Amino acid sequence: MLDKIGIAKRIAQELKDGYFVNLGIGIPTLVANYIPEGINVEIQSENGVLGMGPFPFEGEEDADIINAGKQTITTLAGASFFDSAMSFAMIRGKHVDLTILGAMEVSENGDIANWKIPGKMVKGMGGAMDLVASAENIIVAMMHVNKAGESKILKKCTLPLTGVNCVKKIVTELAFMEVTDKGIRLLERAPGVSVEQIVAATEATLLIVGEIPEMVIE
Amino acid sequence: MINKNVNTVQEALVGIENGMTLLLGGFGLCGIPENCIAELVQKETSQLTCVSNNAGVDDFGLGLLLQKKQIKKMISSYVGENAEFERQMLSGELEVELIPQGTLAERCRAAQAGIPAFYTPAGYGTEVAEGKETRDFNGKTHILEHAFEADFSIIKAWKGDTAGNLIFKGTARNFNPCMAGAAKITIVEVEELVEAGTLDPNQIHIPGIFVQRIFQGEKYEKRIEQRTVRTKN
Repeated sequence: MLDKIGIAKRIAQELKDGYFVNLGIGIPTLVANYIPEGINVEIQSENGVLGMGPFPFEGEEDADIINAGKQTITTLAGASFFDSAMSFAMIRGKHVDLTILGAMEVSENGDIANWKIPGKMVKGMGGAMDLVASAENIIVAMMHVNKAGESKILKKCTLPLTGVNCVKKIVTELAFMEVTDKGIRLLERAPGVSVEQIVAATEATLLIVGEIPEMVIE
Repeated sequence: MINKNVNTVQEALVGIENGMTLLLGGFGLCGIPENCIAELVQKETSQLTCVSNNAGVDDFGLGLLLQKKQIKKMISSYVGENAEFERQMLSGELEVELIPQGTLAERCRAAQAGIPAFYTPAGYGTEVAEGKETRDFNGKTHILEHAFEADFSIIKAWKGDTAGNLIFKGTARNFNPCMAGAAKITIVEVEELVEAGTLDPNQIHIPGIFVQRIFQGEKYEKRIEQRTVRTKN
């Protein structure tokens, strides 16, 4: 089974040289720490920065330089700042190659719900609806089941949707999956996890073709 | 040169009345017009409709207006981090419209640019699309969104000159340039106001034509919402 860092490490293997990437809050943010050697990517944060770097050293933080999670950050060589309309021009205009974000629920046709639990949590969608409506390559980083032990990978989402038919890949503590025209296909098992365990934790129908390899995490 | 300079925050905010709609720049607490917000609290202007990406925190930013119950309706994309906001929303005291962040930015830009409405794919298939016109382009459904119609834009820039030309710094830029000229009157507060002719015209982010009033803020707290650092080994 993977921990959050393991999920981030597995997603990092999906990064390709030259990608512009938008990282959501939570596990997706951790992906920046595990970019494979020899792969150059630039991280976009929708509040208006491209070329985001690590957190600043203590005492060097600048209130005017933050990411979309409102955390103080630094910028790398080649970075740029821009306004919110231009930021979403990058996103809607499909100039960002990969979007990695968290989810509360994903359905087998690639619908995603991650912004609202009616009556409980109403924080807003932020940039997630714009991102999922336009990105061609969306990876969801999430836990396979909720705190009550119920599957978050469903035949149909129960929570208000963020976007429809958009998720391409899902990485959880148990598995690496791909959303296909025919449903969710199981691609890899997390270390030490069996296909049966994954099926038992998944409400959606999983397509299982041949031997399912165990993922390799360094 | 047309002089846009006003001397005080009080003078800058003349004409803002109860029940008006305001566009307010900033992302979280970054790049917010903190002097204008403080003065709005002093003025006790109420029943406001505020368009801003976020609603501040309990004791800073727009949270200060919420505490005094000066806001009737909030139009934002993300409103976590504010307990008083949540309380007023759940009790029904505060009307809240949550919209996608890119749509919020574009509705400002459209107002600035004289485009009454536009189609976007953001929110299709979700409750955001309910009751809105849709149209297919290239096999994909888009929803029609309208430009904001606001009375005042209240924004913050890093540097400005007396002609109203603006330069922003870092991610404090965010919604501020999109809101310049997106309302009937645009008020700008800057950290440093210089004489026209001092700034290099090549470096101007927003030309003064979009600005009606500009002044230098008395002080800037620039509070950090999430101070994240690493330690030197």
